[in-house]
Amino acid sequence: MEKELRLMKGNEAFAEAVIRAGTDAYFGYPITPQSEVLEYLTAEKPHERTGMVVLQAESEVAAINMVYGGAGCGKKVLTSSSSPGISLKQEGISYIAGAELPCLILNVVRGGPGLGTIQPSQSDYFQATKGGGHGDYKLIVLAPSSVQEMADFVELAFELAFKYRNPAMILSDGAIGQMMEKVWFNPQKKRSGELQPWATTGKTADRERNIITSLDLDPHRQEQFNLKLQKKYREMKEKEVRYETFQCDDAEYLLVAYGTSSRVSQKAIQMGREEGIKVGLLRPITLFPFPSKEINELADQVKGILTVEMSAGQMVEDVKLAVNGKIPVEHFGRMGGIIPTPEEVVENLKAKIIGG
Amino acid sequence: MADTISTKQIIKPENLVHKKSAVMTDTTMHYCPGCGHGTTHQILAEVIEELGIQENTIGITPVGCSVFMYNYLNIDMQEAAHGRAPALATAIKRLMPDKYVFTYQGDGDLAAIGTAETIHSCNRGENILIIFINNGIYGMTGGQMAPTTIVGMKSSTTPYGRDVSLMGNPLKMTDIVATLPGTYYVTRQSVHKPGNVRKMKKAIHKAFEYQKKKKGTCFIEVVSNCPSGWRMTPVESNKWMEENMLPFYPLGDFKVPEE
Amino acid sequence: MAKIKGAIVIDKEKCKGCGLCITACPTEVIALSPEVNSKGYNYATAVNMDVCTGCTNCSLVCPDGVITVYRTKI
Repeated sequence: MEKELRLMKGNEAFAEAVIRAGTDAYFGYPITPQSEVLEYLTAEKPHERTGMVVLQAESEVAAINMVYGGAGCGKKVLTSSSSPGISLKQEGISYIAGAELPCLILNVVRGGPGLGTIQPSQSDYFQATKGGGHGDYKLIVLAPSSVQEMADFVELAFELAFKYRNPAMILSDGAIGQMMEKVWFNPQKKRSGELQPWATTGKTADRERNIITSLDLDPHRQEQFNLKLQKKYREMKEKEVRYETFQCDDAEYLLVAYGTSSRVSQKAIQMGREEGIKVGLLRPITLFPFPSKEINELADQVKGILTVEMSAGQMVEDVKLAVNGKIPVEHFGRMGGIIPTPEEVVENLKAKIIGG
Repeated sequence: MADTISTKQIIKPENLVHKKSAVMTDTTMHYCPGCGHGTTHQILAEVIEELGIQENTIGITPVGCSVFMYNYLNIDMQEAAHGRAPALATAIKRLMPDKYVFTYQGDGDLAAIGTAETIHSCNRGENILIIFINNGIYGMTGGQMAPTTIVGMKSSTTPYGRDVSLMGNPLKMTDIVATLPGTYYVTRQSVHKPGNVRKMKKAIHKAFEYQKKKKGTCFIEVVSNCPSGWRMTPVESNKWMEENMLPFYPLGDFKVPEE
Repeated sequence: MAKIKGAIVIDKEKCKGCGLCITACPTEVIALSPEVNSKGYNYATAVNMDVCTGCTNCSLVCPDGVITVYRTKI
């Protein structure tokens, strides 16, 4: 089968890529603006295409715990939701991280807090990158900025999740999920059927029983386990940082933005350069691990950094940590489901960084 | 002459009639003396052994006293978040339909925090076995009121007895799930007397056989004791259970297949 | 006439002395030992093995699986 070009919504492209990745199961619950994922999957009859299981759960809580069960069997499983639903899933995500299980979680972020709005937002950055649930754990977080990446990151997220036995999240937003773009799909992969040696697939006579748990009441063993997790996260920081730069070679100022706001920022760079402002963009692709080293290096070159986020300023904290006081770092953002305009970005760059 | 056979002569492998199941590990269980959890674990292990399904059985443990069940049964197991065992079981069974999947849950886990997962997995008719231990109390956390605590029963959060006007009514989950179309076999058992243990064993046998035939959800409630939580000796607790719990939670089948 | 004779073996170190086997035994074979095991429990012990029928009632109700039952016809 050849690669295939289609015009699709981000959520649908994600769902199609899920089937093509040879995924074993999807468990979800409807919530705007990501309901197309479940709708597409049920319409496509993946049980006929690949034997994939698709189930609409009774709640987001049940869905993430179905993911736990399936992941514990070593299967390629995922769930998707949007912000309020992802909040509900946090307990399960913490258990999955604690049991060291691989899985994929898609968050098509909408504005909050509370029921908030159904418009796009990036106000779940802290929740996604700092833990979200209880305990010292991290997710691998990928931030797509196009419909193509909504599709491409499915396989990448599963690959990283299985490599590190860690949950991976694709942190998208309502704009990327809902907009249509052309997207190339990889050929259909077969479901692997491979038995993971640690998974609960039935205790055969040739091995000890496998237990999937996040519980250990012995504080010393629990600390050792936490140290093991931290070691894993350090390894991710060393090996898995992904980012993209635009026009940074001669840049005197830097924008840092991911997802939808990185697209706006690209236009802002163009507008700024037309006015003679030498500005570049760094777009983190992995939000955890964060491209701190690369931003720190750019801080030796540029005079100031503006982060552009659809939030009150969340990623800006990681940028400030990366820069460590070398140069000014400011934030510009819109909230409540509003996407900033390129004009606003240039204006804020001038006011907060260049003029400042 | 025949009457004078010695104990030593009887204790021979060929005369063995009952011993701890080989599906149980050697780990000493952490349960309090006389607790029905241990008895139920043994019965379950015996049935798994008798059916020869050790290699194909996956169990889900709850949060509660039986959280460490995976230390005692020599099978693959997953430990669920509080109340979520049926969600795990749903996924496991759907991904591996030829395995035998069971959950083992207490009353707080199944009938309070996990009510939605219980009802919906039963209503979908997931081909799983749910074993529900009802001792009317949260044992692990120190004996607080459970959804199944009977009226007047004392617990650490109903120190003067459960008062319906303050705490509401005890919940009969087994009666509820029996009304759902997805359940195939629903029964309430106990394990406090030898006859009840034998019946319980038959019930688990049936449930696994129905699961093999993909008939739908099987649900077995076990009315059990909590000597420590009830502040009684094990023998007293079983007597109290018979006199007080069983009139409210009568034993017997709620839903049996027409065969 | 054939007669059924039974015998039990109790793993006294794993017994928690709950006494449920004593209640379950129809022929009063078992009692709690005045002595304690290493865990401090007055463990169950067979005090009247002669009348054991090997009915398995004790082992069926034992929560800790510490009783093994043997039976023969004589």
